[in-house]
Amino acid sequence: MDIFLQQIINGLTLGSVYAIVALGYTMVYGIIQLINFAHGELVMIGAMVAFSVINALAGTHLPPVLIVLIGVLAAVPACMLVGYAMERIAYRPLRNAPRLAPLITAIGISIILQHVALLVWSRNPLAFPQIIPFVTFSVGGAIISGVQIAIILISVLMMGALTFMVYRTKLGIAMRATSQNPQVAGLMGIDIDRIISFTFIVGAALAAVAGVMVGTYYGIAHYGMGSLLGMKAFSAAVLGGIGNLAGAMLGGILLGIVEALGAGYIGDLTNNVFGSNYQDVFAFLVLIGVLVFRPSGLLGERVGDRA
Amino acid sequence: MQRMRFSLAIFAAAAALTLAGCGEEKKPEPVVSAPPAPPPPMVVKLGHVGPLTGSIAHLGKDNENGVRLAVDEANAKGLTLGGKKVKLELVAEDDQADPKVGTTVAQKLVDAKVVGVIGHLNSGVSIPASAIYNQAGIPMISGSSTNPQLTEQGFKNVFRVVGRDDQQGPAIASYLASQVKPKTVAVIDDATAYGEGLANEVEKTLKAAGVKVLPREKGTDKTADFKAILTKIKGKKPDAVFYGGMDATGGPLLKQGRELGLKAVFAFGDGACTEKMEELAGTAAEGLLCSQAGLPVQAANKKFLDAYKAKFKIDPILYAPFTYDAANLIIESMKKADSPDPAKYLPELAKISYEGASGKIEFDDKGDRKDAEMTIFTMKGGKIEPIAIIKSGKTIKFEDFIKAAETAAPAAAAPAAAAPEAAKAEPAKAAEPAKK
Amino acid sequence: MNLFADGRRKWVGVALIALALIGLPFALAAAGTAWVRIANLAILFAFLALGLNIVVGFAGLLDLGYIAFYGVGAYAYALLASPHFNLHLPFWVILPIGALVACVFGVLLGAPTLKLRGDYLAIVTLGFGEIVRIFLNNLSQPVNITNGPQGISRIDPFSFGAFNFSRNETIAGLAFSGPIKYYYLLLALLLLAIVVNLRLQHSRIGRAWEAIREDEVAARAMGINTTRIKLLAFAMGASFGGIAGGMFAAIQGFISPESFVLVESVMVLSMVVLGGMGNVWGVVLGAVLLTFVPELLRDWVQPVQQSLFGRTLIEPEVIRMLLFGLALVLMMLFRPAGLLPSAVRKRELAKTE
Repeated sequence: MDIFLQQIINGLTLGSVYAIVALGYTMVYGIIQLINFAHGELVMIGAMVAFSVINALAGTHLPPVLIVLIGVLAAVPACMLVGYAMERIAYRPLRNAPRLAPLITAIGISIILQHVALLVWSRNPLAFPQIIPFVTFSVGGAIISGVQIAIILISVLMMGALTFMVYRTKLGIAMRATSQNPQVAGLMGIDIDRIISFTFIVGAALAAVAGVMVGTYYGIAHYGMGSLLGMKAFSAAVLGGIGNLAGAMLGGILLGIVEALGAGYIGDLTNNVFGSNYQDVFAFLVLIGVLVFRPSGLLGERVGDRA
Repeated sequence: MQRMRFSLAIFAAAAALTLAGCGEEKKPEPVVSAPPAPPPPMVVKLGHVGPLTGSIAHLGKDNENGVRLAVDEANAKGLTLGGKKVKLELVAEDDQADPKVGTTVAQKLVDAKVVGVIGHLNSGVSIPASAIYNQAGIPMISGSSTNPQLTEQGFKNVFRVVGRDDQQGPAIASYLASQVKPKTVAVIDDATAYGEGLANEVEKTLKAAGVKVLPREKGTDKTADFKAILTKIKGKKPDAVFYGGMDATGGPLLKQGRELGLKAVFAFGDGACTEKMEELAGTAAEGLLCSQAGLPVQAANKKFLDAYKAKFKIDPILYAPFTYDAANLIIESMKKADSPDPAKYLPELAKISYEGASGKIEFDDKGDRKDAEMTIFTMKGGKIEPIAIIKSGKTIKFEDFIKAAETAAPAAAAPAAAAPEAAKAEPAKAAEPAKK
Repeated sequence: MNLFADGRRKWVGVALIALALIGLPFALAAAGTAWVRIANLAILFAFLALGLNIVVGFAGLLDLGYIAFYGVGAYAYALLASPHFNLHLPFWVILPIGALVACVFGVLLGAPTLKLRGDYLAIVTLGFGEIVRIFLNNLSQPVNITNGPQGISRIDPFSFGAFNFSRNETIAGLAFSGPIKYYYLLLALLLLAIVVNLRLQHSRIGRAWEAIREDEVAARAMGINTTRIKLLAFAMGASFGGIAGGMFAAIQGFISPESFVLVESVMVLSMVVLGGMGNVWGVVLGAVLLTFVPELLRDWVQPVQQSLFGRTLIEPEVIRMLLFGLALVLMMLFRPAGLLPSAVRKRELAKTE
């Protein structure tokens, strides 16, 4: 039982990260029906910037939590800037182009960001300084670390804040209006360009925080870390129903748990014909299954054929 | 990269000449054949290939440096083959650790008419490239490709001076079995040719020693989260965990294992036998076991170490002693055959017996090194330190090995001197390891 | 094709191009046989890109897992012509088998995903490509089928009886190295592929694809069986990939799953996009450019940087990838139809701008 509980904790931590990244995908998709393939790279940039800052401050006598916080404060604006530039330069001119165009642009941006990061931070995996003292708590035989608790808590907080912003503030209302019908929203006096930029920026900020969390949790950052994480998070967003905030959160956490349980139990269940070696396959199969059998996701409403 | 432009010039010259006699391949080397008044030395080209760009570029450069050192030493001493003075020239190429690029570059070396190739670094690149060298009749010696398949192809021109996976795997596994005495071992790999190959050999040896091995778990070479796998493993309570993979994934694996309270001994292959493990896993790295194919760099010939450091201002990283030896083996067999012609010196290379920087080298029928030594390391205070040498299935404590080598060193000089030219080309006390 | 409007001049032009293509390998061999190998790779990629062009260019379905079919074809060849299973079938038997197997995979992928819209389809095909690679990588257990990450070596080269494509020999006083022989074979196959593509494009099926690409709902209303027509695009594209994979396995002599990763899919897609989606000549141009330019970069970028700065600041591989990325973005912004746009695309994009 403690093993099972431990797997749930593992899945929950991983799932929280997926959820935060999935929110970025879902927000952008909700507002302009674009899959921002390069969103995963924002997570990577966030982790890398935080690495540089934390690494530089690791020698000082500041308290570790403060150092990580400074890292976050550096990573968030950096990612916001990249997110904004991405939208402004590459996506905005293509808003009315055929659907294939922005997708291909997104792939291009993803490649560019990865290789620019490679030039800046080198190709080698970067080891995050291990400054946060390692604290663990025992819960029913399972072990949960301080970092894990922090990740889960921060994720919940951010999800709450985002939900509040989207549903309770003027900006949020403008966002929702734009996603419903941009033309009408424009007529109502909403500056659509600003709202779309803002959406990218908020998504990028979430990605930055996710990047710092991943970096400190695993203790490693790498220029290629964003793509797979992005793919998984996108699957999570689709699983929950893309365009739907609650769906992204649910999808992220579900996917994290599915992965942990998959790696943990499928091997024993199938007599080791399938095992952890197919871990990534599970995520993709979930994605394909959902798209084929319930294209609107778990919580999503039926989206019309806008292609 | 002066050389690169130079080789380009030769390239162009050769191109112009071959254009004239379109495709007549048997033409004598154009650069060599012009004999003006004071006969310039005959230029003999040796090729080195490894990844000079990409994630293991530093290892590729290390390999290249080893070869460069050997070539420069031979040139400084002077080399005469078939009555002509010979100047060795190194043609260095970059294979980007990509099989597709590897074959193209192999062809470039063949085009450049090198007489021998040292490389490639990765087995996955060495294997397809070896077919091209084989067809051209050019000997190839890899200083770092450990995949058994390389020498199982039946090519007579393919050699390696490093131990195979099925020599290294058994070494770390038998050390684990005899010293840690585990009842159950979990084996994990990163689903790459290297990681899986090594893990398979470890599993085989452990099972043969009567140790229970849990069903294989796999990550990938990009996996960051091993917690699910490790949690599952923890439930089966193994006494040791072996991971076949690189340090970039091995470090997080080790760290997460300790975070989950896994008390088992962690063991790794040479890919994760680096000091980066300490950076990535922090204090969790303390006490890990790992193996490297061959003698440890610090046990390599002292003269080699000093010469390398003097020339390149850095310490050799991993395989430089092997590529250094590989280059010297080619030079040595050319001397024995008194010819730089691959067809003539190849038989000499196959039957050579040579005291190199990485120990005594002889090849078996397949072109593998006979009785390759393996070294077991442990992490102590953030540094990996050799603790044992494994040779022909026997485990020797590192201190004992050093002592034995020290007493044997004067004796070892004798057989080396028996082949007088070998002694000239090679630093005298061949087997003297570095003292810590 | 309307380059040579006048009938006689057209034939002179064709003859000149043919002559150039026949003479090319010897000119390249003069600069080094390595360049012939690179030319072979370029042809191989052109072949592959033509296959993807059917899916992306003609039918407008963005496929990001295309390399999976290439991998399937390569493995089909490797398993049937290597010591791994001790099978050594001749290549003219295996290549069709490879095409067929890849075709089946194409339908397998196509059938459940047809109702997905463009961007969803992209992500599902991407997942599919990864799944195929992961399976190739793991099917060494419990039964060893693919030999896992170790790959399969000693794959037979192409041969007709005693005529072996990998050996060097002299015919009529000319030295035919292995790569030169392959060049002619590949060139012949590529020409065949170009003809098939051109014929397809202007056939009923080609027009149906175009209709679907422009407006699926309208196409359906016109009585086009969109499901079947889309499946056909997947199946045909996949078959091309399968054949190209078989050729790759034979030329390389060794394959492992690491040759069939996502980046390769993106590479082939870039060739299609840069050259001109839907335009056969554009796609071929894209493939040739993207194969040769990196090789030229290898030869010049590093020496130039060395002499300027004394060290390599940006590796050629990184420059190559940066250029890819930039080209994709800039192309979409300023020349979305590619270097040689197809006539329809040009019209369509002019409309939306």
